Amino acid sequence: MRGLRRLFAMLLLLLVLLAGWLVVAADAGHRPEARTGIGPASLSDPALIARGDYLATAADCAGCHTAQGGRPMAGGRLLPTPFGNIPVPNITPDRETGLGRWSFADFWRALHTGRGRRGEWLYPAFPYTSYTRVSRDDALAIFAYLQSLPPVHRPTATGSLRFPYDRRESLGPWRALYFRAGEFRPDPEQSAPWNRGAYLVQGLGHCGECHTRRNAWGGLAAAPTLGGGQIPVQNWYAPDLSTRQHGGLQGWSAQDIVQLLKTGQSGRGSAFGPMADVVAGSTQHLSDDDLQAMATYLVSLPARAPVPDVDPTSHDDALVHQGKPLYAEHCAACHGKDGRGMAGVYPPLDGNPSVIEPSGINATRAVLLGGFAPLTRAVPRPYSMPPFAQRLSDAEVAAVVSYIRRSWSNRASAVRPEAVGRDRQTPAD
Amino acid sequence: MPAYNPGMTSRARRRRTRFLVVLAPCLLAWQAVRAVHAAEEVAAIPDTLQQRIAVCTSCHGVHGEGTPGSGYFPRLAGKPADYLVRQMQDFRRGLRKYAPMEYTVRQLSPAYMREIADYFAAQQVPYQRSAVPAVSAQTLQRGEQLIDHGDPARRVPACTACHGSQLTGVQPSTPALVGLPYDYVSAQLGSWRTHTRAMAAPDCMAVIAGRLADSDITAVAAALASRELPADIHPQPAGSVKPPLPCGVLAAGASVP
Repeated sequence: MRGLRRLFAMLLLLLVLLAGWLVVAADAGHRPEARTGIGPASLSDPALIARGDYLATAADCAGCHTAQGGRPMAGGRLLPTPFGNIPVPNITPDRETGLGRWSFADFWRALHTGRGRRGEWLYPAFPYTSYTRVSRDDALAIFAYLQSLPPVHRPTATGSLRFPYDRRESLGPWRALYFRAGEFRPDPEQSAPWNRGAYLVQGLGHCGECHTRRNAWGGLAAAPTLGGGQIPVQNWYAPDLSTRQHGGLQGWSAQDIVQLLKTGQSGRGSAFGPMADVVAGSTQHLSDDDLQAMATYLVSLPARAPVPDVDPTSHDDALVHQGKPLYAEHCAACHGKDGRGMAGVYPPLDGNPSVIEPSGINATRAVLLGGFAPLTRAVPRPYSMPPFAQRLSDAEVAAVVSYIRRSWSNRASAVRPEAVGRDRQTPAD
Repeated sequence: MPAYNPGMTSRARRRRTRFLVVLAPCLLAWQAVRAVHAAEEVAAIPDTLQQRIAVCTSCHGVHGEGTPGSGYFPRLAGKPADYLVRQMQDFRRGLRKYAPMEYTVRQLSPAYMREIADYFAAQQVPYQRSAVPAVSAQTLQRGEQLIDHGDPARRVPACTACHGSQLTGVQPSTPALVGLPYDYVSAQLGSWRTHTRAMAAPDCMAVIAGRLADSDITAVAAALASRELPADIHPQPAGSVKPPLPCGVLAAGASVP
């Protein structure tokens, strides 16, 4: 039996290597030409660097390339994935451990085709699946900005990818299936703000890397665009971003979206978990025009197929029933008996996309972890929610979350105590 | 509806008048109730720091008194503000590892951290005692000895040498040790040994925790939690102790960014 399994694994590996080799051969013709005329002089243009700083913020490079307590962009984080931890590299211009020896051609190739300086395939934890849409001019500005940073000597940490994922050749089939290189092409039918927004959302903002369902191989679902999905391992749910019928943001106006991205909160919900970090580190710093453009694009996403109504079991009904007094005791003082929250202070729960997203993970973890609303320039002293992990049992959290998800206009599924137990074990960071 | 309709019969006009006479006060009363209700709702969410930091006070107490019943969450009240700011920064940087705290403070700005630290530092609430596990008289005695005299053979200084003669802390950066739960103190000493709590180098507490015997951790945590609670909760003034070990957090010019 064991011998058979080993044989099967060997065959699988051979197949993967062969497929990888085929893709390498097919890819070989696509090497981008080295652009001449980009030397240190043109990279040190202060206007270019300033623009690169802004664009690197829009791309939230620092969000991944900065370790807890580490110097900005010096790497050191281990990004958790279902395939193991992937070390995030140092992208300061240090010659030994960073991008000090990189040319712009190297950088462009990494961003646009997902290849390292030696031509090796990069793991798509680096979201080149989105960054491939970034324009060459913007890539140049970002490169100039990164090269202007103080170099930090910090070797890349050691990851812990499992076999066969620790072999970069294993990316061959993945790339063949899930990656198409190609710059953003504006849609001439659409307005300039729509195109700007689509470029920011699909490219630099790489919103789809979280707000799209991933399959077991980590590939992004082809449709619907920005249809929402669970973030693997981190276990948060990034909601569907359509504002139209049956969309995750149904009823949101462009203004609501701008408000959330700029201040961390809107009248319809607050950012928390990883989105709070995105708002604090990236979107709050974007210009009003760019935020408006992103919202213009997002409100144009099409309506979604209706989700069949969940038929509650008697067990679910019992949970909701048990949740009602818990809600009155622990939640109503801030979120209101009617679940409408308090404008500008506490988010509403009725109709809140994070409350009614399909998995129930967000509401459960918000109850367990509590936390501050995002800290932004607009909200420098945010209000907060107490953590309930130490006060409520799994059954109580399941009851109160089920009540919230099935009260007022909310018609989402109940959450079982076992699911709360699992979410309790998920690391907070 | 027009205010005056010449086509109306006098009866209809009378009825309308009666209607208005009855309705108007009702409407006014309803409006008033609504206004009071709205005012109540707004007043229910005070625009105060205390309201803003519910995430802190649910474990550490509204006045930072800790939760003695929990046996773990430490008291913050009256601890020096610089010490409290430093702890939030250390959680943020990952020098101190405790996932709920790291998650909670990860975005806080230096100004907001300072405001929160000042709030808890200014709270004056009496110390409370929390449960202490049953330990032998010998263990308690060893703990008392470490607190007041240290152990010269192990080059362990007395707790009082740095944390103040009454263990109420010392300004600006040394915390009180009385009124802390047994589990909390023992977990902190353990954390210094396992490198899940650290502070600015040279990390004097890591040195001291490393010099303690395993059994000393139980002894000192139990003795601290059993200690008579002093009435005066204030930390001693700055410069009133001379630390026997070099400490990064106490170094001259060590500022809290």
